[in-house]
Amino acid sequence: MLRHSALVRATHWIHAASFIALVLSGIAILLAYPRMHWGKTGTVGMPSLFDLPLPFVLDLGIRGPGRYLHFLAAWATLFTGSVYVISGLHTRHFRKDLLPRRSDLGLQSIRKLVLNHLRFRRPTEEEARNYNLLQRLSYLGVVFVLLPFMFVSGFAMSPAIVSVFPIVETMFGGRQTARTLHFFAADLLVLFLVVHVAMVILSGFVKRCRAMITGYATPRKARS
Amino acid sequence: MNNKVSRRKIITTGLAALAGVSGLGVAAKIADRYGLLAPDHQGAFGVGEALTYGTQRLLMASHSLAREFSRSEISKVHPVNHEHPGYDPYKRLLYGKFADWRLYVDGMVAHPAAFSLDGLKRMPFRSQITELACEEGWSYIGEWTGVQLSYILNLVGASPKAKWVVLYPFNDFWGSIDMPEALHPQTLLAFGMNGEDLTADHGAPVRLRIPRQLGYKNLKFLARISVVDSLKNVGDGNGSAAPEIGYSWYGGI
Repeated sequence: MLRHSALVRATHWIHAASFIALVLSGIAILLAYPRMHWGKTGTVGMPSLFDLPLPFVLDLGIRGPGRYLHFLAAWATLFTGSVYVISGLHTRHFRKDLLPRRSDLGLQSIRKLVLNHLRFRRPTEEEARNYNLLQRLSYLGVVFVLLPFMFVSGFAMSPAIVSVFPIVETMFGGRQTARTLHFFAADLLVLFLVVHVAMVILSGFVKRCRAMITGYATPRKARS
Repeated sequence: MNNKVSRRKIITTGLAALAGVSGLGVAAKIADRYGLLAPDHQGAFGVGEALTYGTQRLLMASHSLAREFSRSEISKVHPVNHEHPGYDPYKRLLYGKFADWRLYVDGMVAHPAAFSLDGLKRMPFRSQITELACEEGWSYIGEWTGVQLSYILNLVGASPKAKWVVLYPFNDFWGSIDMPEALHPQTLLAFGMNGEDLTADHGAPVRLRIPRQLGYKNLKFLARISVVDSLKNVGDGNGSAAPEIGYSWYGGI
């Protein structure tokens, strides 16, 4: 049984690569000024919201390429994300596989699902064929909430884009608030990645990876 | 059978790749013609740079204005990133209060000129309270006073064929901006900041102030301005010193 369509597989791995690039380059940019402010402005000498326990790394060799890479990877994310979303709407992938099913929302099934997670119980092959409620909600949250939010809060830090669409900055109350929220949303995405990889390992690393590369959870021989 | 299919696949993939590459080439040519191609589009990260600059240039076709703030929003702290050059000839000019300083304007202009600081200050000037955002992440709001670069370009009769304005400061961090940015009403040659003369560390005698781009594009300690129609033969052809240290030429991010 085909687990993932070719398009989902391709966009998954391109996105995986560009997300890693975004995180690493984001850290390189962040380290130039690891302090967070709220409101319009914020510099050394102004009160901060909080200071990250990280050194100020002003090494141009890290920062410059970090910036270049961040925007290149953001474009890659925008393109693969758009292809994924448009095709997902077209093939009804979101509605069929990701929108929570009515049967998922019953108190009983939620209870069972949470307990299974708390006991670190591996899903059966039958169960692994469909996404459970937590998966559905977190995938939808990443695709339709967190990633778009990363773009909007990123736009708020572009003086050129803000000059054209001031609302992307004013809706946050200021550039520094947007920067701080960009940081928090990035943290949530990294948290998602960690949990996602942990779940892949827990539910059978080889099988899940095979499914996301070849499309099938079982090897070709076992299928025929 | 399998072989045939894979060979056909290889050929079609190759053709598609070829079409893609030549398509990119054509796209780059067209973009260049309409002033949408960043000078540093050939580096390892050039595709991202070309997309960012081209898109934002198109978005800003309406000559969008950077946000301006009220006087009460001016920050109390105005950090300095790079101190003034502590060497001659800058040091000597600084001691002489820039009386002997001249801003040279040359290149594709009808009347190359050299302006004194007093001369600039007698021109019509404008003050604007805008945000200066450093690429490092910090930002502050200040009031800058200066002559619109467009006024100077009109005065010297910049050629309508010119596409870029190259700026040379007293240090070696030279740079350039495109003509739409140079002619933008908020692009100033600023000699004043928060009601006083620009201090040395903030870029005296004159700095470029372009509030639609990040701090590092707002070049300080200006000495010379050159109007050109191509950046290919200026420096290493990347449009500014920034790409040499890994920074994009375009700072609108």
